[in-house]
Amino acid sequence: MSQSPDTSRILSVPALTRVEGETALRLRIHDRTVTEARLSIYEAPRFFEALLRGRAHTEPPDLTSRICGICPVAYQLSACRAVEDACGVDVDGRLARLRRLLYCGEWIESQTLHIYLLHAPDFLGHDDVIGMSRSEPAHVRRGLRLKQTGNAVVELLGGRAVHPVSVRLGGFHRTPTRTELRPLAERLRVALDDAWDTVQWVAGFDFPDAECEADLLALAEPGTYAIESGAPTVVPYDATHPAWSFPLRTFCDHVTETQVPHSTALHSRLDGRRHLTGSLARYAVSGHLLSPTALEAAAAAGLDDPPLRQGRDGTGPGTVCRNPFRSILVRAVEVFYAVEEALRIITEYERPASPYVPVPARSGVGHGATEAPRGLLYHRYAFDGEGRVTDARIIPPTAQNQGAIEEDLRRSVQAALDSGQDSEAELTRLCERVIRNHDPCISCSAHFLDLNLETACPHPTGPV
Amino acid sequence: MSAPTAPSRPPSRPRLGVFKFASCDGCQLTLLDCEDELLGLADEWDIAHFPEASSAVASGPYDLSLVEGSVSTPEHLQRVRQVRAASRYLVTIGACATAGGVQALRNYAGIEEYLATVYARPDYIQSLATSTPIAAHVPVDFELRGCPIDRGQLLEVITAFLAGRKPAIPNHSVCFSCKRRGNVCVTVAHGVPCLGPVTHAGCGALCPTYGRGCYGCFGPADTTNLPALVPLMHRDGMDDADIARYLHTFNVTAFTAVEEEGPG
Repeated sequence: MSQSPDTSRILSVPALTRVEGETALRLRIHDRTVTEARLSIYEAPRFFEALLRGRAHTEPPDLTSRICGICPVAYQLSACRAVEDACGVDVDGRLARLRRLLYCGEWIESQTLHIYLLHAPDFLGHDDVIGMSRSEPAHVRRGLRLKQTGNAVVELLGGRAVHPVSVRLGGFHRTPTRTELRPLAERLRVALDDAWDTVQWVAGFDFPDAECEADLLALAEPGTYAIESGAPTVVPYDATHPAWSFPLRTFCDHVTETQVPHSTALHSRLDGRRHLTGSLARYAVSGHLLSPTALEAAAAAGLDDPPLRQGRDGTGPGTVCRNPFRSILVRAVEVFYAVEEALRIITEYERPASPYVPVPARSGVGHGATEAPRGLLYHRYAFDGEGRVTDARIIPPTAQNQGAIEEDLRRSVQAALDSGQDSEAELTRLCERVIRNHDPCISCSAHFLDLNLETACPHPTGPV
Repeated sequence: MSAPTAPSRPPSRPRLGVFKFASCDGCQLTLLDCEDELLGLADEWDIAHFPEASSAVASGPYDLSLVEGSVSTPEHLQRVRQVRAASRYLVTIGACATAGGVQALRNYAGIEEYLATVYARPDYIQSLATSTPIAAHVPVDFELRGCPIDRGQLLEVITAFLAGRKPAIPNHSVCFSCKRRGNVCVTVAHGVPCLGPVTHAGCGALCPTYGRGCYGCFGPADTTNLPALVPLMHRDGMDDADIARYLHTFNVTAFTAVEEEGPG
């Protein structure tokens, strides 16, 4: 690598590790200024929007779950909600609560996977969880146990953790009895302690200063921390503008996707501006609706009060956490909340009278959105009179976050260069950390990702 | 001498590689879902290449390579050969790697139409017209079925290769597993269409256990009698287009091959 300040160079990481899917990063640096930061998603495109055309209205939940093995429940339930919306059916009551329980299971296992297996090694200087298990065996065992409990929830309700089989339009193929859920409650009580300890553990990590310069977008639901439903709500980057919501049916008017040459993922903008979905956005939009104990966990972890909550001493609202390094804290708090929620739902559970409500096909257009562990996942389907899909649109969280991640990369590397850091290895490691902060899910996004920091530009259109 | 800080491990452990082609990552995630076995596995194997789980990525050769995903881009054509050349044993995991996956639906439609549906600028995208299994390109030592694979079966395969024996993975249909599980037959008792009679076992008959018909995510069993099943599905309200859609999902290439065999 050249030390000469007036040469251009490109830093590249050809294959980013500890993320789901395939992505490369490439940064162009000219005169010690980062002129371009690109996340190149080289994950092979799988054309889901195309293969859905002509399929029956009952099929999108199972077909789209195959977009992502790490958040299949998110796909199944966003798809269900969109189809049900098109068919004029609202699933509420016990069935809706059971869906929330299933989703809590996915949040527990998927967020714990990210915290322990993908993200924590960055903070503790390990290559992976195996290495980490040698110096932190008790912590790793706890993480695996917690993740396993999340999987147990999904497995009990859905048969298996990856691509569960019980979800259908209108509800479930089969609902569990109270007795079947009881052993799960026992495990969740242990998980509650594990989740609390996880919050304490990650609170001890060192967090570099950083700020994600983007509007925050998450679902909001009155009275509850939105997971499986809600209205898209924006907390603007400019703090002088208040939070605002828009109807889900206008999602594509606000969140627009454009294609860029260096990526098989489509890039999204929110009303022409950079935006971010996921844990930080959810905490900003709905943090005040977490349970009192989850808020206690957040405070103990050093997170500020969420913005819409009055201060604990009654002095006023909290603040928006925009430091992506601290997203691991929010994820840990969310896991704790999901365990609590799962326990609450099981405790109050009454078996639904019927496992599902009928969802007869009709022509029309439907919209569905849920909070996948990595952020807001939107589906839209159009159906003909026989209930065949004529058009499908899927906007995953990572595609929405790509612009914000690239801006994070630019700012972080610029700050490192400004402070005199010049080691390619160090800069590369920083880039990888910046990306993992956002827990990108690449398979989802190729419709989507690879890390390239380069020192010259051999491929003007990006890595191939 | 100081006491050892880590559990003692064999000095030369076999090397495991995990590789991804076009896929959802669900099958390699199944390895991370082996929460009880993961650390033990890492004692027995040197996990040399598993980019989704580790930043320490080592080059080959590998004693056992687990390959997820289908061959779907021009780059894959090259890489699949490199993986084979670096691997003593190559095992494909999941429906994408063994049958091309759900993305192989494009093999039966036009790639141009697919590209234009998803991407405004199809010329930016590099994709092959077809999605094909690994075995269509290089020799494969064992194929593990499922969309996704079953955790227990994955552990069995890894253990078998470690011990140098054949994996004990049954080739019969889902019906056998369903009977063993004591399920009431959803087709016979409730008239629910079910692909269990023609589908490869391995999931533990999950769908019938949960009150729905099997949807064939493990692909066809080794011996099938599809022509005998079709009239039952007609009886239960499916027309030919419904049956075609039912068969053409996660293992579309494998079931299409069975359909083309016709009545045996």
